[in-house]
Amino acid sequence: MPNQGAWVRTRNYVFWIIGLLIVGIAIGVQLITKPPEIAPFDLLPPLIRGLATTIQLAVGGTLLALVVALVAGIGRASKNRLIRTVTGIYVEVFRGSSVLVQMFWIFFVLPLPPFNIELSALQAGILALGLNVGAYGAEVVRGAVQAIDRGQIEASVALNMSPGLMMRRVIIPQATVRMLPPLGNLMIELLKATSLASLITLSDVTFQAASLRQTVGRIPEVFGLLLVIYFFLAFPLTLGVRWLESRRQWA
Amino acid sequence: MLGWDWQFTLEILPRLLGGLVVTIEATITGFIIAIILGLFLALGRRSENQWIAQPIGAFVEFIRSTPLLVQLFFFFFVLPRYGLRLPAFVVGTIALGLHYGTYTSEVYRAGIDAIERGQWEAATALNFSPLRVWTGIILPQAIPPMIPALGNYLIGMFKESAQLLAITVTELMLTARVIGTETFRFLEPITMAGLLYFLLSYPSALIVQRLEARYARKS
Repeated sequence: MPNQGAWVRTRNYVFWIIGLLIVGIAIGVQLITKPPEIAPFDLLPPLIRGLATTIQLAVGGTLLALVVALVAGIGRASKNRLIRTVTGIYVEVFRGSSVLVQMFWIFFVLPLPPFNIELSALQAGILALGLNVGAYGAEVVRGAVQAIDRGQIEASVALNMSPGLMMRRVIIPQATVRMLPPLGNLMIELLKATSLASLITLSDVTFQAASLRQTVGRIPEVFGLLLVIYFFLAFPLTLGVRWLESRRQWA
Repeated sequence: MLGWDWQFTLEILPRLLGGLVVTIEATITGFIIAIILGLFLALGRRSENQWIAQPIGAFVEFIRSTPLLVQLFFFFFVLPRYGLRLPAFVVGTIALGLHYGTYTSEVYRAGIDAIERGQWEAATALNFSPLRVWTGIILPQAIPPMIPALGNYLIGMFKESAQLLAITVTELMLTARVIGTETFRFLEPITMAGLLYFLLSYPSALIVQRLEARYARKS
């Protein structure tokens, strides 16, 4: 029961989480009601401007990663050898180096000959995040599809289901239950990796913080706030994943 | 290949390999920090004293929920404010070790949790001291099955250490980028950097997979 254990352990230090949530809500209320002037919070408005870009990047990257993971994951489990090889090469290439390397490649190399593909920083960021996390997601999808009991497939064949119907009604519903927690973890990794797009000139939260460092100074406050912002973005996802894991046993 | 200059590739290769050496140094130093710190974090989180266990738990969650890049910035820019001026490489490896230490602590915890109750009971029955229980009974059994998971994090650190470029550590990726801005040719340096990462990480991942399979067979 290791999964249930993770949820119980989370509950054990729940008062820390509640404390942090109260601080977060206080900051939010402060921001909405009046332009904040109290020490670190006056830095929030410029940071929040970058937050929109960060969320755009995270949502775009997640959607692309999901599509790519489903296609490549099912391809990896395919009977066709060519499809298996092509998707296998994709997965290994993108897992063989980090998002940062791939982002740089897409942003710096693609616009030059022989490719001549000009992408905006946001497009390059979404593409790199989606393709990189999609490669990890493909392995999750493959594992979940392959873990389905053969009897289920045999039963669908015996019931004369078409392959499409079998996918929709038998394989995908069962695989989804298995896939959700690990895919949720990947989404957390993706969210954290969005900060790397600041290095290809995209003005996300991290980029805004880096420019605040140069204009305003107040370095501990700027980067402290930035850490807290990322924590508030990622931690609800962490709790969601744990909740899914704790429920999985009953499914 | 179209537009690929082999002559140029050969010229820049020694510089890239120099960067790779820095990458490997940062990875190994960071990994040593991570495996030592991870053990202490895991033991602290298991502590019966809630004043130790809970803050450590919150710390681990916080570090895991925030990006390595932001942590690098934080340490690199904030520490000098308090008079602690360290070379970028040192700050980078400490941040890398700290970040991955929170990940390895979870590995240790899972490994320790996997030890049967009977082992603890036997140790209690034999009246062993806590130190002897840990070093003589629990850890020798818990650590070998953890090796594949720790190996995966070592590979992860090797790849993610590219982020150290943001705080001016001239590792592989920064070397590639500097060559790019000097020569206006990005194709060869960045592709070669990616290839070097791949050439080291892919075989390592295969080794870890074999180890995993071996431990899976044993249990």
